[in-house]
Amino acid sequence: MAEIRFWEAIRRAHDEEMANDPLVIAMGEDIGVAGGTYKATQGLYDKYGPERIIDTPISENGYTGLGIGASFLGVRPIIEIMSVNFAWLALDQIANSAVKVRYMSGGQLTAPVVIRSPGGTAHQLGAQHSARMEKVFMGIAGLRVVTPSTPRQAYGMLKSAVRCNDPVFIYEHELMYNMKGEVPDAEFFHPLVGSEVAREGKDVTLFGYNISVHWCLEAAKLLADKHGINCEVVDLYCLSPLDRAGIKKSVSKTHRAIIVEEAEPAVGVGAEVMAIINEECFFELDAAPKRVSAVNIPIPYNHALEKATIPHAKDVVKAVRAMMGK
Amino acid sequence: MNNTDKKRLLRDMLFSRRFEEHCYVGYVERKIGGFLHLYPGQEACAHGVMAAAKPGFDYVITGYRDHVHAMLSGADPKAVMAELYAKETGTCKGRGGSMHIFDVEHRFMGGYALVGGPFPLAAGMAKAIKLKGGEEIAICFLGDAANNQGSFHEALNMASVWKLPVLYVCENNLYGIGTRIDRSTAVLDQYKRVAGYNIPSEQVDGQDIEIVYKAAQKAVDHVRSGTGPYFLELMTYRYRGHSMSDSNTYRSKDEEKEWIERDPINILRERLIKAKVLTMAEFKAMDKEILDEIDNEIVPFAEQSPEPDVAELEKYLFAENDPWVTGGAQGEAS
Ligand SMILES: Cc1ncc(C[n+]2csc(CCOP(=O)(O)OP(=O)(O)O)c2C)c(N)n1
Ligand SMILES: [Mg+2]
Repeated sequence: MAEIRFWEAIRRAHDEEMANDPLVIAMGEDIGVAGGTYKATQGLYDKYGPERIIDTPISENGYTGLGIGASFLGVRPIIEIMSVNFAWLALDQIANSAVKVRYMSGGQLTAPVVIRSPGGTAHQLGAQHSARMEKVFMGIAGLRVVTPSTPRQAYGMLKSAVRCNDPVFIYEHELMYNMKGEVPDAEFFHPLVGSEVAREGKDVTLFGYNISVHWCLEAAKLLADKHGINCEVVDLYCLSPLDRAGIKKSVSKTHRAIIVEEAEPAVGVGAEVMAIINEECFFELDAAPKRVSAVNIPIPYNHALEKATIPHAKDVVKAVRAMMGK
Repeated sequence: MNNTDKKRLLRDMLFSRRFEEHCYVGYVERKIGGFLHLYPGQEACAHGVMAAAKPGFDYVITGYRDHVHAMLSGADPKAVMAELYAKETGTCKGRGGSMHIFDVEHRFMGGYALVGGPFPLAAGMAKAIKLKGGEEIAICFLGDAANNQGSFHEALNMASVWKLPVLYVCENNLYGIGTRIDRSTAVLDQYKRVAGYNIPSEQVDGQDIEIVYKAAQKAVDHVRSGTGPYFLELMTYRYRGHSMSDSNTYRSKDEEKEWIERDPINILRERLIKAKVLTMAEFKAMDKEILDEIDNEIVPFAEQSPEPDVAELEKYLFAENDPWVTGGAQGEAS
């Protein structure tokens, strides 16, 4: 088992899947000759050539639609949208074409595309480069939405997504590409459904996904060390469909829940998880579930303002202590 | 094209006309729901192009005015009518409707309701053909007003840069719903717009099927030869309103009359009669045969077919039993 970086894990999945199937291609802005903004396809242009590692024009809706059309004929495109902020432009083809062709054709056609894109608040990138769009994609019926929190997940999920016959959106984080983690040397495929207990605990469940899993783990450690509170951390790596059974299981054990999200609270992961808790295990609760979310504003440029907009581990600690009365 | 071919084309166009006329009746009788966009007036476009292409081999995609394009690719008229009647025996098991006919077996890759949506999808199908090394081409039929979408410019640029085997057919009927082309579009001749993408193009009369056929042959040959995309503009007119909910008050009666005088079916019929290849009696017999088929076979099939089962409401959202969703055969248990 080797420790590799997040981007290396994604690159490895590309490489293996492209070697395995000549109909797997990758496309996106600057992914070829330039090697990819976050190096996810570094070196693959030389290996697979311009017909399979495609530098696209800056036409998000156009090349996403092109990838979808190619997938109708059995091609398996991995489409990189440079930043999730630009994915707004591709929503037409994702939401109107990719996810609807199977249903409206009565099962005749499918669009097995993978769309990967980094989002989140990085380092003072300002309002138009700091979107957290997972909630938008979660609301699209027919789209599978997954979001890795570790290199291991990033590798295994991309591999499964390429082979899966449904359109899959993979939400990555701009700040996580250099994060290191263990990835098995042997090939493996990570599920595209479910959730993972990242830390066992008994007092309160912290639900996180993507970067917020790390805030939850940091908070859980501090709470255990300093306040004697034993948090369970559940990694919701699959945002659509959310893991109802996993959510129910953990809340039925701890009887308390806090959802930690980098996004604004409205119509988001937190709201959805709270609804599931309500529907699945309301009578198991010892406290009203809470959300730790971002402030509902465009992300400001100023560092202090930016920091005050999105949650951090200390906000999780505060919320847990308030809930536990400690 | 020999005389037998021409007679067959005439019959096929007449079939499409009568099929669409029945749809009108079915809609008025409330047996067909939703939005319904009919094709009368434009028959020479799709019929002429598909006569030059290889139906069932080439991949075809279009917008919401799609019944005729689907049938020309090989879709069974009974299944198309059943789809309009929202039945389980329809092309899409009643899940699609008029604007979303699909017949993937015959490579009719769908009708799409978002104006401009198919432009990049067609380029993508062409990319797939190129990657797989096939002889097929992708054909995308859309209207004039669709060319004002960004997707037109994005897709044509990519198709040209990557020399993709895709034929874009613009059925220029001069209107996008109720807005005449000169009120929405800076360049009236659509074939000129693609010069900006270095794509060869031509504009021809879309009412005379022999002219369409000839132009389409040239276009199809170009695309099939692997030299890249082509754009064919066909000047045409729809007789009815944009859809059934359109009052059609924005066009002058004189304009409509002028176009109806150049009816694609009449043009070919008169030519064949004049050449003594066809008699009026033969034409009438042909028409009766078509109406009989529609009234006695196609419509009863649609009417008598069962509706979809509500218990299967969520079927077709995702692929069924896809092993990779749970991590595949070799997947680790999480
Ligand atoms: C994205 C989008 N915008 C608007 C509409 C509404 N609409 C449907 S058809 C149409 C006109 C399209 O005209 P044209 O492309 O010339 O095709 P025609 O109907 O004349 O064949 C409009 C505005 C739509 N369906 N999709
Ligand atoms: Mg038009």
